[in-house]
Amino acid sequence: MPPEESDLSLIIAHVVQKLKGSSLYAQLERQAWASLQRPEIRLESLKEDIKEFFKISGWEKKLQNAVYSELSVCPLPSHPAAPPEHLKEPLVYMRKAQGSWEKRILKSLNSMCTELSIPLARKRPALEQKELLNKWNEMGTDEPDLSLFRPVYAPKDFLEVLINLRNPNYENGDSLGFRTHLGLIQVPLKVKDIPELKECFVELGLTTGQLGIDDSTQVPPELFENEHVRIGQKVLVEQDSAAAQQYIRQGSPTALRAELWALILNVSSQPEDVLYYEQLKTNVIQHDLLVDSLIYKDVKLTASNDDYYFVFEDYLYQVLLCFSRDTSVLGHFSYNSASPPKSYIRGKLGLEEYAVFYPPNGVIPFHGFSMYVAPLCFLYHEPYKLYQIFREMYVRFFFRLHSISSHPSGIVSLCLLFETLLQTYLPQLFYHLREIGAQPLRISFKWMVRAFSGYLATDQLLLLWDRILGYNSLEILAVLAAAVFAFRAVNLMEVTSLAAAEAVLADLSTLKVMPLLQIFLFATVT
Amino acid sequence: MAGRVKWVTDIEKSVLINNFEKRGWIQVTENEDWNFYWMSVQTIRNVFSVETGYRLSDDQIVNHFPNHYELTRKDLMVKNIKRYRKELEKEGSPLAEKDENGKYLYLDFVPVTFMLPADYNLFVEEFRKSPSSTWIMKPCGKAQGKGIFLINKLSQIKKWSRDSKTSSFVSQSTKEAYVISLYINNPLLIGGRKFDLRLYVLVSTYRPLRCYMYKLGFCRFCTVKYTPSTSELDNMFVHLTNVAIQKHGEDYNHIHGGKWTVSNLRLYLESTRGREVTSKLFDEIHWIIVQSLKAVAPVMNNDKHCFECYGYDIIIDDKLKPWLIEVNASPSLTSSTANDRILKYNLINDTLNIAVPNGEIPDCKWNKSPPKEVLGNYEILYDEELAQGDGTADRELRGRQGQPQGPKGSRLRDSRTILNTWK
Repeated sequence: MPPEESDLSLIIAHVVQKLKGSSLYAQLERQAWASLQRPEIRLESLKEDIKEFFKISGWEKKLQNAVYSELSVCPLPSHPAAPPEHLKEPLVYMRKAQGSWEKRILKSLNSMCTELSIPLARKRPALEQKELLNKWNEMGTDEPDLSLFRPVYAPKDFLEVLINLRNPNYENGDSLGFRTHLGLIQVPLKVKDIPELKECFVELGLTTGQLGIDDSTQVPPELFENEHVRIGQKVLVEQDSAAAQQYIRQGSPTALRAELWALILNVSSQPEDVLYYEQLKTNVIQHDLLVDSLIYKDVKLTASNDDYYFVFEDYLYQVLLCFSRDTSVLGHFSYNSASPPKSYIRGKLGLEEYAVFYPPNGVIPFHGFSMYVAPLCFLYHEPYKLYQIFREMYVRFFFRLHSISSHPSGIVSLCLLFETLLQTYLPQLFYHLREIGAQPLRISFKWMVRAFSGYLATDQLLLLWDRILGYNSLEILAVLAAAVFAFRAVNLMEVTSLAAAEAVLADLSTLKVMPLLQIFLFATVT
Repeated sequence: MAGRVKWVTDIEKSVLINNFEKRGWIQVTENEDWNFYWMSVQTIRNVFSVETGYRLSDDQIVNHFPNHYELTRKDLMVKNIKRYRKELEKEGSPLAEKDENGKYLYLDFVPVTFMLPADYNLFVEEFRKSPSSTWIMKPCGKAQGKGIFLINKLSQIKKWSRDSKTSSFVSQSTKEAYVISLYINNPLLIGGRKFDLRLYVLVSTYRPLRCYMYKLGFCRFCTVKYTPSTSELDNMFVHLTNVAIQKHGEDYNHIHGGKWTVSNLRLYLESTRGREVTSKLFDEIHWIIVQSLKAVAPVMNNDKHCFECYGYDIIIDDKLKPWLIEVNASPSLTSSTANDRILKYNLINDTLNIAVPNGEIPDCKWNKSPPKEVLGNYEILYDEELAQGDGTADRELRGRQGQPQGPKGSRLRDSRTILNTWK
């Protein structure tokens, strides 16, 4: 069998296996059995007739969407004999670095635990459970003493780790040459340059209509907006994930966004999903986890103080506390370079049969984590829907922003992409900032780790996240970061310290994302 | 004529003073020759009172209309709107159309309200029709949420019934007058919290009516989760959105001040409810503001020395219907957060640009038609002159969609009637 075909059959086998365990499979099976009653299904042509029935009734479309969804997260085809670690992360040095970072985090968590004499988890007494249930919709009013809790880590700690990453097989040479990378990231990963980015983001070009540009008040809606909205409505009627993903590259109309994102992420709220969320809620009520306090502290420090998101504080608790207990999230670790931390039942340290993942979903929140959820509150106001969308966004995209990997959308590649773009296309600025001790990545890192949440105005952020979904890639974050620097280059050239550079870039709330991206990619002389 | 504008104020707020100073205006006292006086409502009463008042000369401008209280006192506002509706009904205007239950289709934007103690008996009749409803008692002359309380039992306001029976000879001091309105107990909640809208409207003249809406209004959120439960009727943090009250709550945050911009609200509503209903809501809000101004226009003393910037308080219920709660003549110029300070500074700035053209010594005889460039963050809400002069185009505020739509666009069948009545 030629190599492409064997790759394809490998992928197909993989997808089929994933889908076999899903509720969609059970539903399709039920539908197939039920269809036998129908007059148009004949024994002689059973297979074709059932297929035809699926096509007409819309079930084929649902299957198509599910397959498409799997393909979006499916790791690249690898050799059939490759070990599972390869799916997580092919490069050994990256895996090792991620492993030691995880050890550090866990150590920090454990020592906080010991210092404060708080167990990692405990069952709540009945009275406390009842109180929490009553307060479920207003957990924000609780004022537990959080002063002793510290976030397990902040983005800048993570940045230090990335700066020290080295590929032991790569010898840079001591002499500075034309190709020497002057930024903080010193690993050789392949990143795109502007011509390649232009190809990749072709729909953002100057001659294509965009929401975020061509829907401004000066532009008559007949030119682009009205037609775009009409097409969007059609896409929703068709319920086609792939079409939605293509469509949203030009931005989503505000009124259609919630549905479009759900379609692209293949999230539909079935009764069993609502039940699942309720089950998670019950877990929260019954058991208290140490990470809950971390989540609490994070929300209070970030979202509660945000001009846009303070209103949704209570929703954030309702989502994040449940998220910590959701073991279905463990599934994403098969393609995440990270691994869930393991902990042991008290007194049984080292005994595998008493090992549990901690927290149950394997994700330890860091400072700013709640900002991944906050913007979604503008779109979904039912907690279970909000929860599902967030979970899907996390296991598709956000996890890449805080694990060490070589993936093109991983944070390491994004940092390198950002620095390379700056060094290549704004060399004077880059060199100047470096000279005054203001390495650009030190400023832009926090933007990218948070996918710009909390830095941009919400309507702009949503336009940006439209494109993340549309292109199934986080590279746009690095491009935007570079575009912001390009936009404020004149002021930045005049600063003489890191603090002053931070000040120039402190307030991004007035920026319009799409014009910046368009100008940087398509209108800058390269 | 190139002298500098001489200003006076009795409101010591930096957002005002900074604006005067940046225009190079000169501060004087009220006894000297002044051109511009930003007054408190007490002062305007003196200026136009029969005993202590004085004539303003052509180069003097003040920031209140003499009888603004026709709009800004809760009882008079309701009285004027009721009178306006009755007049339209008598004329047979389609605006005054009612539905099968006798409710006005287009002019029902003020919650059912009675004056106490004068209308006590009428109120009792209404109360008995729906005894489980909640009512809100507001003193007519106070502001900032002072003296407001909620009731759900007649016994709670016995005091006003006793007074009305015994005090037929005693003149009722206006300070004791209250209005009682049906409490909107199904407000639209966001994040589980109640909020209201504060919108700024500048009126430069009442006849012809010319008014502007400030684009940057804001929502004020309560810090505590809303509950219609009767046990929380006394908890003012749940029910009253005035910042003056909220900022004493435990959870008050000084960074965002519990405020959202109107554009956030619009984004949220469009994302969760869809574009059409959101546009309809905002059109209705503009509509009720214009109608409230039209209602008081006939009784307003349209003194050419005056302009006024009102603070409109609006509540949206969970059916996305806006209700006019009250109009403030002296909207607070205190800033609770940094963003707030910037907003109010810009508000005064844009207001002055419209009221005092070119920042020069004013001539109150000017036509009060500023060029479009000076509007800043204001948009023309309604211009009666333009609307009447031009028979086909609507000059009122349009939504982004560019379709001229009174909120009645979807309801009235005859499109010609839309144009005629909207004017």
